[in-house]
Amino acid sequence: MNDIASKVLNGDQRSIARLITLAENNDPSATDAMKKIHPHTGNAHVIGITGVMGSGKSTLISELTRHYRKKGKSVGIIAIDPTSPFSGGALLGDRVRMMELGSDDKVFIRSMGTRGMLGGLTSAVYDVVEILDASGKDIVIVETVGVGQAEVDVIKIADTTLVIVVPGLGDSIQTLKAGVMEIADIYVVNKADRSGVEQTMAEVESLVDISCSGKDRKTPVLQTIAKKGEGISELVSEIENHFRYLEKTKEFEKQRRLRYEAELVEIIRKRLMNFIFDESTFKEKIEKLLDQISRKEVDPYTAAEEILGKILK
Amino acid sequence: MERKIRVLVAKPGLDGHDRGAKVVARALRDAGMEVIYTGLHQTAEMVVDTAIQEDVDVVGLSLLSGAHMTLFVDVARLLKKKGLSDVIIVAGGIIPEEDIPKLKKEGITGVFGPGTHCDIIVDFIKKNVKR
Amino acid sequence: MFDKKEIDQIKKKKSDWMENNYSQHTKKHPERRKKFENLSWNEIKQLYTPEDIAHLDYLKDIGFPGESPFLRGIHPNMHRGRLWTYRMFSGFGSAEETNKRYKYLLDHGETGLSVAFDYPTLYGYDTDHPMSRGEFGKCGVAISSLKDMEILFSGIPIDKVTTSMTINGPAAIVWGFYIANADNRGIDRRIIGGTIQNDILKEYIAQKSFIFPPEPSMRLIVDTFEFGSKELPRWNTISISGYHIREAGSTAVQELAFTLGDGIEYVRWAVKRGLNIDDFAPRLSFFFNAHNDFFEEIAKYRAARRIWAKELKKMGAKKPRSMLMRFHTQTAGCSLTVQQPEINIARVTMQALAAVIGGTQSLHTNSMDEALALPSEKAARIALRTQQIIAEESGVTNTVDPLGGSYYIEWLTDKMEEECYQYWDRVEQLGGVIPAIEKGFYQREIAHAAYKYQKEIDENKRSIVGVNKYKMDESTDIPILKMDEKGEQRQINRLNRLRKDRNKQKYERSINRLSKAAEGDENLMPYILDCVHAYATLGETCQVFRDVFGEYEEPLIY
Repeated sequence: MNDIASKVLNGDQRSIARLITLAENNDPSATDAMKKIHPHTGNAHVIGITGVMGSGKSTLISELTRHYRKKGKSVGIIAIDPTSPFSGGALLGDRVRMMELGSDDKVFIRSMGTRGMLGGLTSAVYDVVEILDASGKDIVIVETVGVGQAEVDVIKIADTTLVIVVPGLGDSIQTLKAGVMEIADIYVVNKADRSGVEQTMAEVESLVDISCSGKDRKTPVLQTIAKKGEGISELVSEIENHFRYLEKTKEFEKQRRLRYEAELVEIIRKRLMNFIFDESTFKEKIEKLLDQISRKEVDPYTAAEEILGKILK
Repeated sequence: MERKIRVLVAKPGLDGHDRGAKVVARALRDAGMEVIYTGLHQTAEMVVDTAIQEDVDVVGLSLLSGAHMTLFVDVARLLKKKGLSDVIIVAGGIIPEEDIPKLKKEGITGVFGPGTHCDIIVDFIKKNVKR
Repeated sequence: MFDKKEIDQIKKKKSDWMENNYSQHTKKHPERRKKFENLSWNEIKQLYTPEDIAHLDYLKDIGFPGESPFLRGIHPNMHRGRLWTYRMFSGFGSAEETNKRYKYLLDHGETGLSVAFDYPTLYGYDTDHPMSRGEFGKCGVAISSLKDMEILFSGIPIDKVTTSMTINGPAAIVWGFYIANADNRGIDRRIIGGTIQNDILKEYIAQKSFIFPPEPSMRLIVDTFEFGSKELPRWNTISISGYHIREAGSTAVQELAFTLGDGIEYVRWAVKRGLNIDDFAPRLSFFFNAHNDFFEEIAKYRAARRIWAKELKKMGAKKPRSMLMRFHTQTAGCSLTVQQPEINIARVTMQALAAVIGGTQSLHTNSMDEALALPSEKAARIALRTQQIIAEESGVTNTVDPLGGSYYIEWLTDKMEEECYQYWDRVEQLGGVIPAIEKGFYQREIAHAAYKYQKEIDENKRSIVGVNKYKMDESTDIPILKMDEKGEQRQINRLNRLRKDRNKQKYERSINRLSKAAEGDENLMPYILDCVHAYATLGETCQVFRDVFGEYEEPLIY
């Protein structure tokens, strides 16, 4: 696994892809490599992009990537789509919009399913960001599942979070209000050639006025027409402005610290859950406890205390 | 903990008939696999670059325009050249029986023509996946 | 349509019959299924009676053939007067090979030609373009220039026989090749007849051989309407299609609704341009699928005629000719099997019969080897004979609209019309046809229907003979079409020679003028014809449009 870490650091696509798979599958052989690459991370600017289905996220990412490439920057893209809770499978289609980009060797695109995790991300996303970062990507874009109000986890991982809305999606602003709208570092009103754009701009701007009052940075609200490539260079500027703002105000460190905290929590959670539910020592115990709970001989709290007691001893 | 089979469903060349590819993609998803659908008009390079980055276990090619002997073989040879020998290739569409042995020689493990039950494709993949 | 007292009596008697005779018998002899559904998943009852169509008024709702609402037929005597055109879709390899096949079919009684182009041609690429790799002549004939068109129709009387061309993205250009060929042969443009499919909306929805985005594509189409109405009065400048929508997996109702909806959209755009509806509407034509549910298909065609006549009248058409839903039909390719291919002949016969009884003006019957390869000569001939047997031996053409008045058929026709309008409401709510396309509405409906259909087969809830019932373990033993291996190189050589031999100045001038005109809003057909006559290739001409109009990217829908 020594080998795979150095290959990743050299930017070898197959190794990057393979390590991502191992990390995603919680394969123990990934841990060594992840340890080795961590010192080489921290350089990439991580951009999180969220928004409802139909807001044009994938096209926007495609255009952003084209822009970054023109400036000589390398880009990693993580496109996340929902995993079916029934079958455990997923249809990962975001890549369709970016097919030509994938053949540029300075662009790496990976499609991932949420695999049961709520919040719009997948639990392996922290690993994948680190892998792409360590492989030398200047920019890492995380495209979340954008369906509504629960998809806010992106702020834990991104340095800069973009929230995309479109005019005429009815009450899109209203429904997004609780939580999702507030996570934006930059708002983008895409498909700005659609009717209703003035109203949407007004709604977003009034939201910004309220939520940013008293703060030292006012969240910018931009218009884009991604499929025509309009408004993209302005967006790239604002993203860079935000990054500089983070560095200047030391918000950057706070942000990164938040990410590492989330990552640490996730690693511990996975290890713990794995240990408790998959290791055979506890399997029998858990089956027995579940039987007892079903028969109302024991309540779930007591059962949990019993298991945790064994671990914490 | 949970290892999913990752399948690339691709339509190489100019053929725009995507009914079958989409139906198979859904069936594979319903069978618990992660399916990356590339969309139309893929070149062999695009298919293989995607297969590498997505670290897929299976490349599925769909073609109804008759160009399979050229385009499927292009993909198979390029996959081999790039060292993806642990990826299995399956194909579907309008493929005359007499072309199947030639395709198999080039590394296409399974050919599933019209009327194939989706379960057969699912089972074949589950049984033949190399990792 | 019936006496109210009589209907009440029938209603009562039916109730009686259901509770007693029918129930008792069914208890002893249960029905084969819990529910009988047609291919739009509409439940079909065990019996239809006058009660089911009592609300209809014969004179207003059903009427007479050749008169509004044209439900029973577009002409007063339909197939008694003129049989439908035997028009077999064909094309493969190089122009020479296809020219031979056309002569064969004409010799065997075909009465109209129909050109299938290969993928590069459909996408506006010349045979030597990198994207054409492996695709030359595989699913149709390769036409890269006027030269090829000349060879394709060499020795064929295009002043006497009509030609339908299945081409969409670059339709205006390929039409240009056909017109220029007629020009060069000294044939008056006003007498040549035929059809270009030229229906871009269904490309976005189903067939996917679009090139440019919607707006410029619609502009090109209206250009052809305008040009055709002035210069080629016998030419159908569009074949508004449902065939492909159905092949992509839609239900019969969706095929009906989406196709006619597209038609209305074309009329809207042309009227917006300022064209007089009665000047172009008579030359709009349609193209439907003939799928398996025999009666549903017949009801579908009838409903289409009535709906179209109503809508065109609403839109201001005054001439009766403007309200005629004239259509070509092709039997359903997607219903044919690889397994036991000979039995496809039976399927095609059944489907063709529905099209004929449904009143089609023109018909293509698929060959039994449809699911294996392009048609062999023998298979194409048998398919043609199938039509001829229906015409000469079945007797179904002895009277117009033989199923008119059938309680089942009139009820089903009505139902399909109702559901068509329901779909139109949904499209309206989405903002219209093109917004609905961009939002993926049609594509989603179709993908969903396709998946549902396949699941029914996989779960054995729907039987396909030879596939999941009456299976056999034999390998298929029918001859498959072999194409000339040297055709591709011959074509490339021809292209190289053409580019060398043509008048360079004339070519460059015409291309530049086309480019400028494309950026403006003049009618592009005259400019296209100049390029064609200067022997600009398909790829070169289409590239001008690619540069000016851009290329379309479709929304991702499963």
